[in-house]
Amino acid sequence: MKIWVIARREVSSYFDLSIAYVVLPAFLTLCAAYFFILNPFFVTGRATLRPLFEFAPFVFTLFVPAISMRLLSEEARAGRMETLLTWPIADWELVLGKFLGAASLLAAALLLTFSIPLSVAALGPLDWGPIIGGYIGLFALGCGYLSLGVLVSALTQSQIVAYIGGFALCFGFYVVGHAQAAFPAAWAEIFEFLSFDGRFQRVARGVLDIRDLVYFVSVVFVSLGLTVEILNARRWSRR
Amino acid sequence: MIRVSNLTKFYGAVCALDDVSFEIDRGEVVGFLGPNGAGKSTTMRILTGFLAPTRGSAWVADMPTTGAQGDFRRRLGYLPESAPSYPEMTVRRYLTFVADIHGLGKQGKRKADEAMDRCGLRPVAERRIEGLSKGFTQRVGLAAAILHGPEVLILDEPTSGLDPNQMVEIQELIRDLSTERTILLSSHILPEVQAVASRVLILNEGVLVADDTPDALGTGVTSSRLLLRVMGPDPEAARARLSVVEGVTTVTAWQDGDHLCIEVIAPREVDVRPRLARAVVESGWSLLEMVESRANLQEVFRRLTEAQS
Repeated sequence: MKIWVIARREVSSYFDLSIAYVVLPAFLTLCAAYFFILNPFFVTGRATLRPLFEFAPFVFTLFVPAISMRLLSEEARAGRMETLLTWPIADWELVLGKFLGAASLLAAALLLTFSIPLSVAALGPLDWGPIIGGYIGLFALGCGYLSLGVLVSALTQSQIVAYIGGFALCFGFYVVGHAQAAFPAAWAEIFEFLSFDGRFQRVARGVLDIRDLVYFVSVVFVSLGLTVEILNARRWSRR
Repeated sequence: MIRVSNLTKFYGAVCALDDVSFEIDRGEVVGFLGPNGAGKSTTMRILTGFLAPTRGSAWVADMPTTGAQGDFRRRLGYLPESAPSYPEMTVRRYLTFVADIHGLGKQGKRKADEAMDRCGLRPVAERRIEGLSKGFTQRVGLAAAILHGPEVLILDEPTSGLDPNQMVEIQELIRDLSTERTILLSSHILPEVQAVASRVLILNEGVLVADDTPDALGTGVTSSRLLLRVMGPDPEAARARLSVVEGVTTVTAWQDGDHLCIEVIAPREVDVRPRLARAVVESGWSLLEMVESRANLQEVFRRLTEAQS
């Protein structure tokens, strides 16, 4: 229950601090502009969301750290860790609550972009299977990025550092799937396994392999687990 | 209610607390004194479970605070020095949030209201915390610390940064709270501790140098200090005349406007006042004022903490 108390406060904070009013429209505008203007949608005349799904994993590396950067760094900077960690709430409840609050904002952002497939559907017949799959994949991918962002935000008191660090880590997991050509063939398998984009693209093509989703869930668990460990380790080392 | 034994804390190679032990019984109000950096906050952070000690142990409400997620937290209210809160939230929403964190459920709203009444926050209930004065912000922190009805309150410099009026208000609030709770509060404002605490712990450079009642600490002072205001003589003459009065140890005199200020130190057990008064009058000077400044915590504090450094 306390997880929801934390998550709910986090969501209202996004609005109280006007973060949501900036981030949500910016994300929607970026996606819509890319899809309808930069991408030759009206030229090819094909009713498909493929270009958006190819673009989204990269945009997320820029967008998701903006949601996650303040989650723990700002608490530490404002001295609130002292109250948070001495209230009767477990460290993992705090971390999970914050993650879920941020994931709600991510879900809201995705929901807004659903206006894109709806407008496309108005223009021509649309195959909804890959689109539903794509959105499930996007949310899983976004949660993976988000958990990495939470991890980085636990390491610093500066939101800027948390943003840049979060972006670097997310981008690493994104680009690793495109890097096979530059490395020995033996590494390709590892890269393929780690790649966020590779797994997401399979899901977005409508191949709903449970292993891909399990991978994202595992990333979330490992990142949040490490975050909890970091918070606990600070008890021993904090100045 | 609070027990600390052989507490030692190192930050890297720096020793912040060195083998500190004390106990606080139910219902006691204990003042924690010491210069900045003496280890007060460190001790409090260990007591609240925010920090782990290098060695030793701490108990609150008979539960160890070193296990990361203790039940003791339900019975503990903590106001950190910076009185942190969420500035973007209104007072009411923040306190309701804290009540929810404590799992107060349906009672939460009522408890938040009670805490607001207690701390005089009603008039600003719907205002964002970021727009409040330092005094109100401090009260919000205090309200958040007491709303779940903890038996033990740990307040880290609850009046720091407040103006004299706000300071008195917070002190009254603390005195009001002390009737039903065990309180440990830190401060470097000595009169404040004297006003509310029944016992004083003095910490210096990580070492506990005193643990006694304010009165008992005062008896350790062996000399009394008298302050005189005299019209007539020049500083030299006054010093010469008064230092030969029987029982007087030292005399210092300085001009203050149209009269002289004279400080006389004498052993505590001898009352030199009648002899001083006679000496002044017999010399043909006018005695405007003579007061004895009581041995207070200020002196004890200075004596204990300066001897070390």
